[in-house]
Amino acid sequence: MSQLHLAVGLEGAGWHPAAWRDPAAAPHDLLSAAYWTELVAVAERGLLDLVTIEDGLALQSERDDAPDGRTDRVRGRLDAVLTAARVAPTTRHIGLVPSATVTHTEPFHLSKAVATLDYVSTGRAGLRVQASLRPFEARHFGRREVSFVPRQGVDIAGDPLVVDLLGEVVDYVEVLRRLWDSWEDDAEIRDVATGRFVDIEKLHYIDFEGKHFSVRGPSITPRPPQGQPLVVALAHGPAAYAVAGRAADVAIVTPHSLEEARAAVEGVAAERSAAARTDGPGHVLGDLAVVLGATTAEAQDRLARLDELAGEPWSTDVDVIAGTPTELADRLQDWASAGLDGYRLRPAVLATDLAHITTGLVPELQRRGAFRTAYTASTLRGHFGLPRPANRYAAV
Amino acid sequence: MPKQIHLAAHFPGVNNTTVWSDPRGGSHIEFSSFVHFAQTAERAKFDFLFLAEGLRLREQAGKIYDLDVVGRPDTFTVLSALAAVTEQLGLTGTINSTFNEPYEVARQFASLDHLSAGRAAWNVVTSWDAFTGENFRRGGFLPQDQRYARAKEFLTTAFELFDSWKGDEIAADAGSGQFVSRPDVGAFSHEGPQFSISGQFNVPRSPQGRPVIFQAGDSEEGREFAASTADAIFSRHSEFEAGRAFYTDVKDRLATYGRSRDSLLILPAATFVLGDTDAEAQEIAHQVRLQQVSGQTAIRFLEQLWNRDLSAYDPDGPLPDIDPDTGDDHIAKGRASVRMNRDPVAVAREWRALATEKGLSIRELIIEVTGRQSFVGSPRTVADEIDRFVQADASDGFILVPHVTPGGLDGFADTVVPLLQEKGVYRTEYEGTTLREHLGLAALGNAVPVG
Repeated sequence: MSQLHLAVGLEGAGWHPAAWRDPAAAPHDLLSAAYWTELVAVAERGLLDLVTIEDGLALQSERDDAPDGRTDRVRGRLDAVLTAARVAPTTRHIGLVPSATVTHTEPFHLSKAVATLDYVSTGRAGLRVQASLRPFEARHFGRREVSFVPRQGVDIAGDPLVVDLLGEVVDYVEVLRRLWDSWEDDAEIRDVATGRFVDIEKLHYIDFEGKHFSVRGPSITPRPPQGQPLVVALAHGPAAYAVAGRAADVAIVTPHSLEEARAAVEGVAAERSAAARTDGPGHVLGDLAVVLGATTAEAQDRLARLDELAGEPWSTDVDVIAGTPTELADRLQDWASAGLDGYRLRPAVLATDLAHITTGLVPELQRRGAFRTAYTASTLRGHFGLPRPANRYAAV
Repeated sequence: MPKQIHLAAHFPGVNNTTVWSDPRGGSHIEFSSFVHFAQTAERAKFDFLFLAEGLRLREQAGKIYDLDVVGRPDTFTVLSALAAVTEQLGLTGTINSTFNEPYEVARQFASLDHLSAGRAAWNVVTSWDAFTGENFRRGGFLPQDQRYARAKEFLTTAFELFDSWKGDEIAADAGSGQFVSRPDVGAFSHEGPQFSISGQFNVPRSPQGRPVIFQAGDSEEGREFAASTADAIFSRHSEFEAGRAFYTDVKDRLATYGRSRDSLLILPAATFVLGDTDAEAQEIAHQVRLQQVSGQTAIRFLEQLWNRDLSAYDPDGPLPDIDPDTGDDHIAKGRASVRMNRDPVAVAREWRALATEKGLSIRELIIEVTGRQSFVGSPRTVADEIDRFVQADASDGFILVPHVTPGGLDGFADTVVPLLQEKGVYRTEYEGTTLREHLGLAALGNAVPVG
């Protein structure tokens, strides 16, 4: 049995809409540094590969076309890159993967921010790139119109606006990677004899020209410890498999069955192959929402209570599993046969379910020989067995 | 009670005053350097740590400038990480209002203020040049004369976003199920020539309400901007008489905006060299100047004013007798000094006269005309000088820029600070927890209007 990779998604008080009302939740603390450092410390004690930190450039809304005006759900959040940076010095091993919206931001700024996250975490930075189709988010920037309103359940893969937007994500990641490579690793020479601090032959203009932006380079920040921080993309379907396969190091897919898991793995692999990627294996993680308990009944009762508080059953974009850590371990191993390298788990209530993952699921997987018993690498790429990428600009 | 001195620390950066060749010089990128520097500043009870900004590597004669330190980390990211290794030190970041958007910058500063429990500050700077713009989506889109207009409206807009949450919206009442008090929390709408944006801001009100605002420009427009809006000025007038003149000028402007004289702090950048005796410090200072201005650096400096290739000139010889090229295509790119030299021919004439009068070579002339150390002497002398400046209203304190990374502040913390504390002009413990409290600024009420 091969070893699984495990990530946990951090979002507010948890992913269930009523998570903040759980007696264990601390809903007044969601904007404090202590809240986030404690969560990530728990995840690190569980030897997890990484945490993702959700973000967005608008107030949380359950609608894509407009703010939902709800007052019964968590509203307000902190910048995820800054949250990851705040947590970095308090941890030593776990990967830190903030989300960032690339549609309204500058690749130059994000490139140096994530490079710096890699410095302050000594090689544990990643980034989850996300695009935004939300018109009300676009109005926070006032620079471009987004007239597209995705409808639930409609296949948007072929919509020209979606194709264009996803193409921009691919361009954006290309610029991030070129900027990370724009300094060769040994560019800083401090040569007292000639008075030169850097060797300008080892600094490179990236000269990217794309449909939505152009960037000259080089970066202002030297190449980060990992060479290139880990790029992660959430991919719900074929249009997004193209982005994940062409641009990401790790794809997170959202299957609802073993068959869908197999199709997703193949879909990402096909895109990766079509893009002729030569930078090592891509990894594909399955995304699952989890409610855990000591018994199946306890977990299902917890879910029922949360649903009752929310006033409706929890319906989300991924499969929801309510059960014991052992049952979850069975599911993870079962679907792994589809070629998934591991999972990102979305705890229903962070205060409760994250601990179930680290003290219940992890030991269970370890007993089965399916999860590490100690960190064997100190960088995020190292956790995935990925090499430090060669610099595309370095002379061979 | 004597006036209390404010001190802050500027992480040495991308300029020829940072002596990277010093054997004590460490990394200017590795986080451990920032940790050492910040913890020293906090040990010395400084108000804050200050980071400058650069958005494109400088060039000269079409090549990346390689004689100075090159490269720096991202401001927001490194400040947020420093919040984890300090407890009270303020965290001031320089963020450009040209190549950013208000919604994103406001949420980054509000986040930093939350994550540091009220220690964030923003040094608002402007830019316009197409050279830097080549790294950004919209390129060099801003005409030079609009840069302050954009900066002002940027700040106004950011304040509207900071003030869009009043601070009492989060109920988080698990019993009733009400998380926020109103559906339109964070609602804002801004219509102006630079920004037309509307919606809901998604970071609730931060501990300080908004970051402390710094302003760095020295022009007439910059001074008015600061008097109307800033909490502190990062000025370049660290000489006594110039400092007093600037101090008086800016503080006199405050009344126009209905502000008291202590609502805006004047904090010049200052460099220092310490020795066991004054004579030893003077000798060290001379050696440091020689390290800061090598022969090559002197020629490159001269080229920035002359706007010509002067590489054939001997740095130990006389100044060129040709005049500066006054064309628009500057030989040096990404440098503020180029824009500040509005009449290079006149400056060149002055420099030539000075060199002739004192018999100075190119290198000696550049050492003479570029900033020498602000404070040189024994710890006692430096402590007395700093106190003299502050008591005489030449400043409210200083932002110290050491010439070695990251340990350049250590000696100051160990020797000068205790002397200032003995004199009763400097705190021995932090009295508050937020940067506004360290600076003695009034707490903000809700929704402060912008002048």
